[in-house]
Amino acid sequence: MASDQATTPPPPPLPEIQSHDLSQVIVLHPPPVFNYFMDLFSKKFHLLKAWESPLPLHEFLTNHAHSAQAMLCSGTGPSISADIIRLLPSLRLVATTSAGLNHIDLTECRNRGISIANAGEAFSEDVADLAVGLLIDVFRKVSASDRYVRHGLWATKGDYPLGSKLGGKRIGIVGLGSIGFQVAKRLEAFGCNISYNSRKRKDFVSYPFYTNVCELAANSDVLIICCGLTEQTRHMINREVLLALGKEGVIVNIGRGAIIHEKELVQCLVQGEIGGAGLDVFENEPDVPKELFELDNVVLAPHMAVFTTESFEDLCDLMIGNLEAFFSKKPLLSPVMNE
Amino acid sequence: MDSITVLMTSPMSDYLENQLKDRFNLVKLWTYSSKTDFFKHNSHSIRAIVGNTKIGADAELIDSLPELEIVSSYSVGLDKIDLRKCQEKGIRVTNTPDVLTDDVADVAMGLMLAVVRRVCECDRFVRRGLWPKGDFRLTNKFSGMQVGIVGLGRIGSAIAKRAEAFGCPISYYSRSEKPETNYKYFSNIIDLAVNCQILVVACALTEETHHIVNREVIDALGPEGILINIGRGSHIDEPELVSALLEGRLGGAGLDVFENEPEVPEQLFGLENVVLMPHVGSDTVETTDAMADLVIKNLEAHFLKKPLLTPVV
Repeated sequence: MASDQATTPPPPPLPEIQSHDLSQVIVLHPPPVFNYFMDLFSKKFHLLKAWESPLPLHEFLTNHAHSAQAMLCSGTGPSISADIIRLLPSLRLVATTSAGLNHIDLTECRNRGISIANAGEAFSEDVADLAVGLLIDVFRKVSASDRYVRHGLWATKGDYPLGSKLGGKRIGIVGLGSIGFQVAKRLEAFGCNISYNSRKRKDFVSYPFYTNVCELAANSDVLIICCGLTEQTRHMINREVLLALGKEGVIVNIGRGAIIHEKELVQCLVQGEIGGAGLDVFENEPDVPKELFELDNVVLAPHMAVFTTESFEDLCDLMIGNLEAFFSKKPLLSPVMNE
Repeated sequence: MDSITVLMTSPMSDYLENQLKDRFNLVKLWTYSSKTDFFKHNSHSIRAIVGNTKIGADAELIDSLPELEIVSSYSVGLDKIDLRKCQEKGIRVTNTPDVLTDDVADVAMGLMLAVVRRVCECDRFVRRGLWPKGDFRLTNKFSGMQVGIVGLGRIGSAIAKRAEAFGCPISYYSRSEKPETNYKYFSNIIDLAVNCQILVVACALTEETHHIVNREVIDALGPEGILINIGRGSHIDEPELVSALLEGRLGGAGLDVFENEPEVPEQLFGLENVVLMPHVGSDTVETTDAMADLVIKNLEAHFLKKPLLTPVV
């Protein structure tokens, strides 16, 4: 029997969390983690997405971000310059998804008492893994011989040219921070000998310390660039350092492209002044000097050292954690200390 | 000793060839147009064979050289030598262990990193001009992956030591358990494959280990699993491997050896989750010279009636 039940009215909808109830976070340009995890941030914070606005950046910031206390940025997108910082009068925190800080005007932040949080050691292992992967590839011609096989040349042209043994090689690490230390630890297991140059000598290691990078290069078979980009390190690896490294020398860069004088590196490689290179970073990404494409002793990667699922998930947790800590006035998870 | 005739089976090393020429009467097998021709001229003078992974000393060759006293292999692998026949006839056999252990372990690690972190694929990505169109995608993290080693001998142990530095838990299957290591032992290869993410073949090729990695093992390793081979091509059932990769039943492979070198299954050439190397495990300037020196030292020791340095038989 059909009955005409009196239907109880449905309960009123739960009030939607209005985005203006959430704390504002200004984002100039989407960091790479947003390609995968932007929704995790949107649920917790009111993201002011400057890149989506038709307004020029300065106008957007002036009109829409004057009360934003926190910013989320990365190594890609506009630099966080003094000009931009001055348009954000409420800014107290810059959280960057990178380990590197070269895109942030640190002096301006320091002067205004703006805290900085970065990726800390979240992906030091991944970056170290890629550095070692690039080094083995150059020494043992992994990518080059893979190309050789895929072009059917093994059957027609015969055996591939010999590589060079990793064991016993002298590795010079430029910058013995978290990443540099993970690289050293790994290469020790391959029977390599580690030395380093860093801003300061590190008491917790017994590796030989060199006060200048040219001397390190002269006493090394390999240079691995693991330091940050600063005014002091820009173009630090120049022709002089590369010649000191020598014709059999190999350079690996997982730091920042501009630490190496790229034109001089290319010249040295093309002229055979150094033995090879493994590069994940370049001066004008995503542009890579075309001369390198002709070389079999060079391995090229598109700035992907941190591009693992695990790193991105950890980074996401870390950035959200830093922002939540900031807004609840708790200590940041990965603050950058003034040195 | 230049009255002593030594047979070199294939052009394995210019350095070794010159060293042999300086010390002995060197006969090069590949310079003869036919076997009959070769045997006609040399069968009664050859007292030593220097073989390698391509051509060693099989029963036919051994039987046709009545004066043969020693086979000195330019390799650590002995699968191309009829060891039983050598034993029966009192022929000595030497190989080149230890000097190549590090290099082969390094290639194993290079293959692991290249497959997991897609190093070769990235290099192709950049060279093809794809980077301006967008970033590369995410891969898995390598550090901490579970590594399972088939054969915990010299090379297997060297691989374990390196992988440990990346925080990789190590397990293994070997003929005998090695309690002095604190790696996890599995008594069979299926259990090892089930319990690891990267399976590395590092054992010797014998009748028992032929096709030790078959369909069952590949299935156990699974669609996220990675297979690395720096042993011998015949350790793996190659057609099964190829179909598993094409069908996505195996996550990836890093291969330095193949069943019919230098032939490599062409279906692999289009895959991004494989890395292919042309049997270069010990191919560095330093190691090939060290291997050659060891071959020479063994031959000299034999003919001077001194103890062999690295005898197998």
